[in-house]
Amino acid sequence: MSARDVFRKIIGIELDENSPFGYPARQRTLDVSHNVILYLDDITVSFDGFKALNKLNLMIDAGELRCIIGPNGAGKTTMMDVITGKTRPDSGSAFFGQTIDLTQLSEPQIAHAGIGRKFQKPTIFEQHSVFENLELAMTTDKRALTTLTAWLRDDDRDRIADTLRLIRLDGEADRPAGLLSHGQKQWLEIGMLLMQEPKLLLLDEPVAGMTDDETMRTAELFVSLAGKHSLVVVEHDMAFVKALGGKVTVLHEGSVLAEGDLDAVQNDQRVIEVYLGR
Amino acid sequence: MREPLIFRMLSALDARARLGVAAFLAVALGLVPVLHLALPPESAFHVSTYAITLLGKIMCYAIVALAMDLIWGYGGILSLGHGIFFALGGYAFGMYLMRQIGRDGSYQSDLPDFMVFLDWKKLPWYWTGSDSFLWVALLVVVVPALVAFVFGYFAFRSRIKGVYFSIITQALTYAAMLLFFRNETGFGGNNGFTDFKRVLGYSITSSETRLVLFGVTAGVLALTFVFARWLVASKFGRVLTAIRDAESRVMFIGYDPLWFKLFIWTLSAVLCGIAGALYVPQVGIINPSEMSVANSIEIAIWVAVGGRGTLIGPIVGAFVVNLAKSWFTVSFPEYWLFFLGLLFIVVTLLLPQGLVGLWHTLRRAKGART
Ligand SMILES: Nc1ncnc2c1ncn2[C@@H]1O[C@H](COP(=O)(O)OP(=O)(O)OP(=O)(O)O)[C@@H](O)[C@H]1O
Ligand SMILES: [Mg+2]
Repeated sequence: MSARDVFRKIIGIELDENSPFGYPARQRTLDVSHNVILYLDDITVSFDGFKALNKLNLMIDAGELRCIIGPNGAGKTTMMDVITGKTRPDSGSAFFGQTIDLTQLSEPQIAHAGIGRKFQKPTIFEQHSVFENLELAMTTDKRALTTLTAWLRDDDRDRIADTLRLIRLDGEADRPAGLLSHGQKQWLEIGMLLMQEPKLLLLDEPVAGMTDDETMRTAELFVSLAGKHSLVVVEHDMAFVKALGGKVTVLHEGSVLAEGDLDAVQNDQRVIEVYLGR
Repeated sequence: MREPLIFRMLSALDARARLGVAAFLAVALGLVPVLHLALPPESAFHVSTYAITLLGKIMCYAIVALAMDLIWGYGGILSLGHGIFFALGGYAFGMYLMRQIGRDGSYQSDLPDFMVFLDWKKLPWYWTGSDSFLWVALLVVVVPALVAFVFGYFAFRSRIKGVYFSIITQALTYAAMLLFFRNETGFGGNNGFTDFKRVLGYSITSSETRLVLFGVTAGVLALTFVFARWLVASKFGRVLTAIRDAESRVMFIGYDPLWFKLFIWTLSAVLCGIAGALYVPQVGIINPSEMSVANSIEIAIWVAVGGRGTLIGPIVGAFVVNLAKSWFTVSFPEYWLFFLGLLFIVVTLLLPQGLVGLWHTLRRAKGART
């Protein structure tokens, strides 16, 4: 046993083989041989006895664009918390591809495995410039010691410039992100997500606060991302969900109530009751 | 490929900052020694020994203030126990100074006086090597680093934040103070170390030694400033401020805050240790009161007064507050704590950006008028 192994045993953390202080980019390979990128199996999460998720089952195909809808408090955000390691489930399992057990990984490890997340309330670095926000998100070696001497190569700058154009913030690159409008902040956060090059994108209410025009552009962007990426989109805006056109899952009281295309779901008697009964 | 690190560090300074550092070094390394040695004490421009000791001491505090700004201003982690690292560095170097007394102590023993007084026959094991300047110089860096690393590792791993973290740092310092108060700990109890005679064989009270210590302190302060500027301008610095502003966002884009916090925390402790080591020979004493709760809180006040997250502000704050303090302790000693409290309240309520913020506001206002 090497000194390194002993150290690891004593302090009980996983250090990377190559060097200490964090995680190198992409250490875990994603296995989607069964064409499924995310499995949630019987996930239960309770807060002081209240079950925010109750035996939730969900399966997302590789390349799929899935919409999750459901009334307030249905557990949509909690589900994303479980997938990204913020909340540990009381029971059940969560797998990314065939092999990666999400319940065993920390938030940064999950990010490196290839899951990116956009928060319900736009969360960006307000004091940093728009450019720096994208720079920080960009896939690269993110260990603490390497960031000391990290520098931007020309192709890194090109990538950031491309993303700036895509999210239509190329005129705002040097402004502090805190000065952006709400809709622009949403776009910036989406841009940060793209810089991370995740395999699976979790988007919690991405078009809240956007104009109709911005909403439709976002829908176009997401549709164009599907296939190469897998997307899970939580949204209340039905026009947006319709524009995305994917399969829809209805969450209610912490479990799946209905699943199918939007028309079928909207005509489902139980779904109507849940939404009208409130 | 890329330039050597030292050039990159200097290029992190803008022209004004470079000029400022150069001017500071010219005064500290050139002007002050000349005015001290060449002019007669009667001259109005003579720099007295008192002034050199005072300014040297304040420069040590300024290094501590910079260290505090790195973790508090940029990392968002408020330590109310930074005195412990300062004191550890001071005690480590103090051991060497005690050994340099040799047989010139009041008991004419090979052992430091306090050990003779305790009837100890030989040095405790942890004093091994304290005769060696190099060994002690190593201790000055390693001991604070080790304490900070171990403490920080468990605190940051448990995700202890905000006021909870501040309280724990204070408890740590307080516990250390109680430990150092005990005679059996082997660091001179409540008297600590004092009555130093020599450093590296030179008389510690001679003008030349004082000037060298003063110059070294000025150099370390300038170097710390340049290094800190470079650090906060690096990508590491951007991640650090990102952690301060939105820690969960940082985690979900794949950085582990633990290592960033731990690095800056340990670095900050090391800087304090070095400052403490420079402080002890100039002031001539180190005792457990350096680890008192009030001392550590004062460090935070210097930073707040000068302006956190600016690097230059904390240096200004350390000078302003400590010059005021030395004036008060001569003229109105009983009012100092009231003044300090008042200053803190005024700054927190009226000047959230500190003196540096005030300076920028005034300049903007002037720019708008003309
Ligand atoms: N940390 C927590 N502690 C206690 N209760 C919580 C916590 N997080 C979520 N909950 C509760 O769990 C339930 C599910 O919350 P969640 O945020 O997942 O709902 P949601 O479907 O995202 O709702 P919305 O549409 O309003 O965003 C809510 O009743 C909420 O109050
Ligand atoms: Mg939600």
